[in-house]
Amino acid sequence: MSAWKKHEVFEKNSFVLLIGILIVVAIGGLVEIAPLFYLKSTIEKTEGMRPYTPLELTGRNIFIREGCYTCHSQMIRPMRDELERYGHYSLAAESMYDHPFQWGSKRTGPDLARVGGKYSDDWHVEHLKDPRSLVPASIMPGYPFLAENRLSTRDIQADLSVNAFLGTPYTQEQIDNAAADLMGQARPDTDAAYEFEERWPTAKIRTFDGNLKDVTEMDALVAYLQVLGTMVDFSIYDDKANAR
Amino acid sequence: MISLEEGGFAIFLVLLAFACLIVAGKTFDQVMAFHAGIGALVAAVSVFVIFKKYFDDGGEPIPQEIGGKPNYNFGPVKFGSVAAMFWGLAGFTVGLVIALQLAFPALNFDLPWTNFGRLRPLHTSAVIFAFGGNVLLATSMYVVQRTSRARMPGKILPWFVIVGYNVFIVIAGTGYLLGATQSKEYAEPEWYADLWLTIVWVCYLLLFLGTLWKRKEPHIYVANWFYLAFIVTIAMLHIVNNLTIPVSVYSTKSYIVWSGVQDAMVQWWYGHNAVGFFLTAGFLAIMYYFIPKRADRPVYSYRLSIVHFWALIFIYIWAGPHHLHYTALPQWASTLGATFSIILWMPSWGGMINGLMTLSGAWDKLRTDPVLRMMVVSVAFYGMSTFEGPLMSLRSVNSLSHYTDWTIGHVHSGALGWVGYISFGALYCLIPWLWNRKGLYSLKLVNWHFWLSTLGIVLYITSMWVSGIMQGLMWRAYDQLGFLEYSFVETVEAMHPFYIIRALGGALFLLGAVIMAYNLWMTVRHGEAEEAEATPAGSLAPAE
Repeated sequence: MSAWKKHEVFEKNSFVLLIGILIVVAIGGLVEIAPLFYLKSTIEKTEGMRPYTPLELTGRNIFIREGCYTCHSQMIRPMRDELERYGHYSLAAESMYDHPFQWGSKRTGPDLARVGGKYSDDWHVEHLKDPRSLVPASIMPGYPFLAENRLSTRDIQADLSVNAFLGTPYTQEQIDNAAADLMGQARPDTDAAYEFEERWPTAKIRTFDGNLKDVTEMDALVAYLQVLGTMVDFSIYDDKANAR
Repeated sequence: MISLEEGGFAIFLVLLAFACLIVAGKTFDQVMAFHAGIGALVAAVSVFVIFKKYFDDGGEPIPQEIGGKPNYNFGPVKFGSVAAMFWGLAGFTVGLVIALQLAFPALNFDLPWTNFGRLRPLHTSAVIFAFGGNVLLATSMYVVQRTSRARMPGKILPWFVIVGYNVFIVIAGTGYLLGATQSKEYAEPEWYADLWLTIVWVCYLLLFLGTLWKRKEPHIYVANWFYLAFIVTIAMLHIVNNLTIPVSVYSTKSYIVWSGVQDAMVQWWYGHNAVGFFLTAGFLAIMYYFIPKRADRPVYSYRLSIVHFWALIFIYIWAGPHHLHYTALPQWASTLGATFSIILWMPSWGGMINGLMTLSGAWDKLRTDPVLRMMVVSVAFYGMSTFEGPLMSLRSVNSLSHYTDWTIGHVHSGALGWVGYISFGALYCLIPWLWNRKGLYSLKLVNWHFWLSTLGIVLYITSMWVSGIMQGLMWRAYDQLGFLEYSFVETVEAMHPFYIIRALGGALFLLGAVIMAYNLWMTVRHGEAEEAEATPAGSLAPAE
């Protein structure tokens, strides 16, 4: 009985109860979260990861805005069927510049972690406008309005600055020219595209939405989808060295 | 003389109104302009109401007791109860709409504001934070006053909390429809809504603690331990998970400070404990007050309450990483999460036993009182979901269940069965108490509500089990030659009939809630008034 009696101290002092609760609920999170910031093995060593270009980042923000993550994961698990269906399992390194992450939790539609390069730009544009024109049994909503919305360059430099502030390795040059590069990536054979190429040697320059005149949200989203899962060079990736 | 509280809130709200006006005037972001406009309007109206109230009652202090009895402040509780019923109907309706969209994709209409991707967060937030949140706010304000035998402190503070919280709901919900989202599940509202919620939440904590400080009872009743754990832990989770840098104060867009694997871990530490502390600890508090009250029996075991409380809050917080099995999260973390999820089964069932066994000696009431039956079935659903949860947290089970509808079914057995039913039970008790009615307008309608929604839940969770397990098995099926047997879209086609059954289940659940709203409306409008001295007795004594 006496041990139970001691619990009175919590029942009679709201402040003691409050502190007790705070201590008890803080422990689990500290143990599970804090090591992820200093254990070097958490993020694998890879070749090829780069931050998103201004156009890809804009596309990513559209992906977030439209809630695509509610139906599409971006996290391939290391199981035989997933490797065959989607490709190499996802690495932590592949989302290290993702603020926030987009791993998702539900596959009402297929995983998109390695969708980049799987389909043509035209396929994506048509599929986004009217999914059932290409996949009759699809239950995905259509996004025809993306092709109508022209991109604004107003905030893109601030977008890159904030990401750089949070640790994404954008160069000062890339930040300063963000607005020009946003357009340049979608306008091949222009001066803007040549300048873009100097700052972003490994990025693809195309009219992603097939419309030369305007740079639209469709350009941005397709540019993002086409880069997903394509950055890491798996021909030289060492699975064993990174085993955890 | 105007009080410090009134003056302080008035100055704060005037400054807020001006800040909102400046932002609304200078921003190029239409969503920000709309939300800043709402902010300015609500703040300005609130200042007006504060002064009008002050001049109407001549600044007289509110009596703390009338005739030797505490002068409880039930205005904000009434507001919260009505808001809960309203948001419940809205949230269930949106749920039905998106369920139908999955069965019949033409219902998306291919417009930005009606697509599944924007409506799904609207549904989850509306049911969890708008419906569930208002139930928690209203019941906690009621229970803490009753069990402390004291009036909530402040004149403006309680109203600021309940109205401020609902303003947050409106900002968050309209934001999703207009495309302002952080994409963190169950934490989608953007930075300015998060900031506002933080202010409201701190006030809520102060209000709750303030009532405890004024209490006439030496002991803090067990329900209040759970409410306090819910308030404190949600504050911690909300702040850490939503740490973010806005692109500018004139923009709705922000970037979360965490990235990739660390962000995933923080998110599911938050996400699972939104379940653990918002949808469990808070509603367990409701169980600990309303079931003993309705059954007219003391809580089964005082010691079990103590063990169950500390074990539950300590263990729950570890369980998050079981959402990330086989992902790029290091395996030590997800294994740790699963281990604690298994251990969590014990305190969860400890709580269930404590709730169910409170009916010892009063089991016959299940036959005659459909409200009590609803609450008891709710606790049974709690037991079922908290058994299924640890099962699904095992790596081998999770490899099949993850990414499928099984998760959706699991969530809804907890959400519709446990959270929904305990909330309905609490509202069925609370409305007659608050409006001084002898009882509900019709117990027969409560019976209809009970059976319709139970049938709805059964259809919902069984269809999701079948479709989830089926899809998981189809994904990993191989043909005789060693190739994957099904393309992805074939698995989507196979789920069609189950999506229709699920929508039917949702429709029945919604129909039950409509009947409930009508019943409560009639109780308030036409119920028989209760004689003044027969108000429900004071606080409950813990069982020894």
